[in-house]
Amino acid sequence: MKNIRNFSIIAHIDHGKSTLSDRLIQATDIVSDRDFHDQILDTMDIERERGITIKSQSVCLPYSARDGQTYTLNLIDTPGHVDFTYEVSRALASCEGALLLIDASQGVEAQTLANLYLAMEHDLVIIPVINKIDLPSADIERVKGQIEKDLGLDPEKAILISAKEGLGIEDILEAIVQKLPPPSGDSGAPLKALIFDSHYDSFRGTIVHFRIFQGKIKPGDLISFMSNKAVYKVEETGIFQINRVPQKGLSAGQVGYLIAGIKTVSDTKCGDTITLKNRPCKTPMLGFKEAKPVVFSSIYPVASDDYEELAVAMEKLKLNDASLIYEKDSSAALGFGFRCGFLGLLHLEVVQERLEREYNLSLILTAPSVRYKLIMQDGSTIIIDNPALYPDPTVIEHSEEPFIRASIIIPDNYMGTVMKLCLERRGINRNYQYLTNDRLEMIFELPLAEVVYDFYDRLKSVTQGYGSFDYDIIDYRDTDLVRVDILINGERVDALSQLVHRDRAVERARLACERLRDEIPRQMFKIAIQGAIGGKIIARKTVSAFRKDVTAKCYGGDITRKRKLLEKQKKGKKRMKMVGKVMIPQSAFLAVLKTDND
Amino acid sequence: MDTAKNIENAGLYLHIPFCIKKCSYCDFYSITDLSLKEAFLKALISEMHMVSGGSLLFDTLYIGGGTPSVFDEVCIGRIIETAYSLFNILPDSEVTIETNPGTVSRKRLAGYRGAGVNRVNVGVQSLQDVNLDFLGRIHSGKEGELAIRWARQSGFDNIGLDLIYGIPGQTIKSWLLDLKRAVELEPEHISCYMLTYESGTPMDRDRKKGIFWPAPDSHVCDMFETTIDLLNSSGYAQYEISNFARSGSDGLKSFKSRHNQKYWSFVPYIGLGPSAHSFVESERCWNCRSVNKYIKELNAGRLPLTGKELLNKEQRIMEAIYVGLRRTDGIDVDIFNEKFDVSFKKIFAETIARLEEDGLIKLTENRCSLTRKGMLFADSITSMLI
Ligand SMILES: Nc1nc2c(ncn2[C@@H]2O[C@H](COP(=O)(O)OP(=O)(O)OP(=O)(O)O)[C@@H](O)[C@H]2O)c(=O)[nH]1
Ligand code: SF4
Ligand SMILES: [Mg+2]
Repeated sequence: MKNIRNFSIIAHIDHGKSTLSDRLIQATDIVSDRDFHDQILDTMDIERERGITIKSQSVCLPYSARDGQTYTLNLIDTPGHVDFTYEVSRALASCEGALLLIDASQGVEAQTLANLYLAMEHDLVIIPVINKIDLPSADIERVKGQIEKDLGLDPEKAILISAKEGLGIEDILEAIVQKLPPPSGDSGAPLKALIFDSHYDSFRGTIVHFRIFQGKIKPGDLISFMSNKAVYKVEETGIFQINRVPQKGLSAGQVGYLIAGIKTVSDTKCGDTITLKNRPCKTPMLGFKEAKPVVFSSIYPVASDDYEELAVAMEKLKLNDASLIYEKDSSAALGFGFRCGFLGLLHLEVVQERLEREYNLSLILTAPSVRYKLIMQDGSTIIIDNPALYPDPTVIEHSEEPFIRASIIIPDNYMGTVMKLCLERRGINRNYQYLTNDRLEMIFELPLAEVVYDFYDRLKSVTQGYGSFDYDIIDYRDTDLVRVDILINGERVDALSQLVHRDRAVERARLACERLRDEIPRQMFKIAIQGAIGGKIIARKTVSAFRKDVTAKCYGGDITRKRKLLEKQKKGKKRMKMVGKVMIPQSAFLAVLKTDND
Repeated sequence: MDTAKNIENAGLYLHIPFCIKKCSYCDFYSITDLSLKEAFLKALISEMHMVSGGSLLFDTLYIGGGTPSVFDEVCIGRIIETAYSLFNILPDSEVTIETNPGTVSRKRLAGYRGAGVNRVNVGVQSLQDVNLDFLGRIHSGKEGELAIRWARQSGFDNIGLDLIYGIPGQTIKSWLLDLKRAVELEPEHISCYMLTYESGTPMDRDRKKGIFWPAPDSHVCDMFETTIDLLNSSGYAQYEISNFARSGSDGLKSFKSRHNQKYWSFVPYIGLGPSAHSFVESERCWNCRSVNKYIKELNAGRLPLTGKELLNKEQRIMEAIYVGLRRTDGIDVDIFNEKFDVSFKKIFAETIARLEEDGLIKLTENRCSLTRKGMLFADSITSMLI
């Protein structure tokens, strides 16, 4: 055990975690050059397409150190985007140390700080690493200053590397071995292992990812999940080396997986403790705090008959995304679906894409909403995040919406533009302070609803990529909330309703109507699209009718051609929803969700 | 001449892939290199030899194109003779030839009649030269008129006349004029096609480039309705979206195109010549769209097929609905139910009720057909029903 090191690589988004992981993997030769490709731990299509990490990924590296001994390094690459902090915190729970990467040209950013605090909460030993020193714009001295002042770490201990060029990799490996502590824990004690992730394999059932804190596990053992007492017989144990590599057994300090023919998806819970049925440990591990969703939206299958399939898919996806929270929901327009909570808009997009790709579903999502408090005339309080449940406004005394405290770090020349952006979003500037002589941290209080919409993208664009941002929810404040409805030929489409601040209502309604107009194909009759608050119409667009749709000729060869077209339309129809007589394509529902500058 | 029983017999189609000049809107397969005529004729005859021998009984022979009338009466005679010698073509069959007014003479038409052709279809398209110019036709309105007269004089008692409407710049008045003049020529059959812009045609490219503005839809719709009114009142009954026929003097016989009805009623047909499609017992196959390849394959003793599909039930239902709704007498619900072992009314109850409410469809005891308004939306309505 003294030769094991468990560590995560943490950083702000894009500072080079996955690239460094690549170099460490290559340095330890577990993948042949032929099989190697960049960002090898980013295995999902969606990660590769977007060039970001979404899932924490662990890999076990054998390393022969300068001291002549061989070490087992369990590396966990983590995501940097705020929406996936939950992934980071779970990774940290199975580590003793962390490499905190800082981009030499960008310096310390919001998630550098946020992730540092997370690592400190877990009492990890932290090694600061300055990456991308090859860049002409790298400013190592400045970053060292930030490490000292912003992070409170010893800048002299920082390791200088270029993950891209492979500079300093050996220094990192040696530092891991020498500075990070080995895990502690008694291999002889009863098994106590923490589930930090899992995924579903259609052949083998649930594959559980865990870290052993005490005891041992091997194939043949009868294990029990402590939260629900479900018992399984272990079929296989192993470690991750890009692929799953079976091992005879695993013991305290190790990170690995187990397969136990688990077909009941709901039996496995992230944060649960695994122990032996016949020799249980006394107390379970602390587990993880529940993820706190901030954005809510309902997911429906485009074809209503696909609901059961969606239900199965949600359950399986939840295995691999512990932060996803959902419950059954239904809509007059869309049938049965799920109300889901997400950690942010990117998280929402990722869930949608994964469901569509990995489970081959076509989905419709409703407009994202935050969670509001409604104080009723009778003094009671209700909490809602679903416009469908919004009560008759006359029984509401007043409403409150969540506010956040946002910390925005920017080069000081962007102060004006950021101020403008935040004020437009109903923000209140509370404070600002210079971190170094040209970098500024601005503190704003902002309505969460304004932030989930598209704030992060806007901030990135107004600061040319230099602005970074982190937030905490602080409290609920009075707001002027209304429900904007969308009517199509006079019929309210419940799935298109949105809860918004009254000042935003007209703008949102108009945008939704425009988007729908652009996406709803012309039909045999005129289609009126209206935005309304209660009975009051606040926006209106129309799709004009087409006058004819008929093919002039239909002889020999025309029929095949036409049928092929009809077959295509039939497929397309599965992606349509009927509202009254109007066919609305899935793309229309999705377009309504898009933000202004997409 | 037209009874349900006849319709069960098969149709034989021969595609003549030559034209003097391509019309700018046309996407039929044809080439203008006439030097391949001889080689093609030889290949067509080989194809007939190779395909013949089945058990099908034919009661129509349709020589279409392209422009079959680029061949003189001798060649057409040879083609017909070969067809009769190789296929079971019933006596009293309908033998049609399509002609372009720019390629016929009185002598040639009389020759066709003598060679056994008993129905002639003339691609008049318009009787006004501005329209014919726009369409890129090789003939004048006068020549169109003459072709009809000559056909009559040559002894044809079943003449079809094709017209196109919805041409840019065409007014309703001018279209009515075309229609009236066509009626005055007293053909037995009139087809009126809305001008459509098929992708890949020069006319479609010009439209996309904005070289001209297509006639507004509302205009074209009015023309469609005017057409039905005028032709109905002149004794031509609409029997398919674009097709109208007179009844014979005995009131029983009708001049509907027996051959074309086969396409709309799922009867077997065999198509020979480049790009032709065949349909026999749920299998559809088609020939290559290249005269050169066609000749080469047949010279090498191979059939020039390039595609084949076996229609499953769902696909057959789709096609039955599509073609059925194009006919004024619509889908025969009983036959549909029997053929597909389903209940038409049950499957489509909801959609049909909605369409009925909007006055787009009519459902009686055993027929489901489009109203006049519905016909303008035949494609959308079909896709609602599939
Ligand atoms: N010039 C230079 N570029 C680097 C270096 N390390 C990483 N990059 C580039 O920085 C970008 C982001 O790298 P990643 O490794 O994906 O960053 P990450 O921290 O894993 O990002 P997330 O997972 O999305 O948080 C990529 O384009 C890398 O090629 C480096 O040392 N030098
Ligand atoms: S004559 Fe007929 S087949 Fe030939 S190009 Fe013109 S429209 Fe097409
Ligand atoms: Mg990454």
